[in-house]
Amino acid sequence: MRRGLLLAAGALGVLALTMLLWAQPARAQAPTPSDDQVNVIARQLYCPVCENLPLDVCPTQACAQWRETIREKLALGWTEAQIKQYFVEQYGDRVLATPPATGLNWLVYLLPPLAFLGGAVILFRAVRSWRRPATNPPPAGTGMGSDPYVARVEEELRRRA
Amino acid sequence: MTDEAVIQEGVPTAVQPRRRTWGVVVVWVLVLGFLALMGVGLLRSQQGPISVGARAPQFSLKTFDGQVYNTAAMPGKVVVVNFWASWCKPCEQEAADLQTAYQQYKDQGVVFLGVNYVDTEPEARAYLSRFGITYPNGPDLGTRVSQAFRIRGVPETYVVGPDGLLKSVKIGPFSSVDEIASAIEAARGQ
Repeated sequence: MRRGLLLAAGALGVLALTMLLWAQPARAQAPTPSDDQVNVIARQLYCPVCENLPLDVCPTQACAQWRETIREKLALGWTEAQIKQYFVEQYGDRVLATPPATGLNWLVYLLPPLAFLGGAVILFRAVRSWRRPATNPPPAGTGMGSDPYVARVEEELRRRA
Repeated sequence: MTDEAVIQEGVPTAVQPRRRTWGVVVVWVLVLGFLALMGVGLLRSQQGPISVGARAPQFSLKTFDGQVYNTAAMPGKVVVVNFWASWCKPCEQEAADLQTAYQQYKDQGVVFLGVNYVDTEPEARAYLSRFGITYPNGPDLGTRVSQAFRIRGVPETYVVGPDGLLKSVKIGPFSSVDEIASAIEAARGQ
């Protein structure tokens, strides 16, 4: 009976050890995030070293290191927002392709639609004034009627008619 | 409401032009304000590094080892601020010389601070290990320090005198330990 218990305990121990050894490589073989997954986030970031070049297409070593950092963070289960926040903390707001809507950055979001609306209003008013017929006669005392030369010509024409 | 309608209803016709004038004024103020902002931003971006003789920006640096160094707490000392990155090949040319100069001056009231610019920590640590650099080095979090010094790239080195004024700026790598030493001696006023 005692030997049976010992054998059972031994077998359980071997089983536990096997599972432990099996689990370790399984964790190491967790799927590595693909380039496409990395680039989804990389294209939303800009490295300050290579201005105006998004991270997903930047060929420099610095950007390659950044992409590897994204891959590592994705492998650790970080979300896109967490990774972007990490980059902002490390390198500042300017790494973001879309600046956060804070402070003067609001101008980026407000001015273009305001300028568009203003332009549309000006265009609308201009078109309306072009299409409006000139119904009002010229006020007295202005225009041709007030010209003494024209008046004299008209008078002359009337007399000869 | 059209202009004719206003006239017909007996509302003073002067109201319309006055409103229009205010509108024009507001639009011009907005446009000029925006242009002024753009101008300030452009001027700032066109500025080179801080000039020699100017007060050096004060900053604190948390090193890779977790220690915090604050330049405001270093009066009377010469501070050598070196901006570098692991991906920067020219930085490698001066790395060993900076370490040698540090060993030479560390007990003479000279502080060396390495500011790691736009880099990733594993590569930065590997770089420090490769060149045997032991003076304090830390990441430029949020690129605040590099923006304060208005650096244009790496490597750049700023030597701040005991009076807190910038004594010299080196754009690009130092070519020898002697060059670093002469910059430090000049900052000490010797």
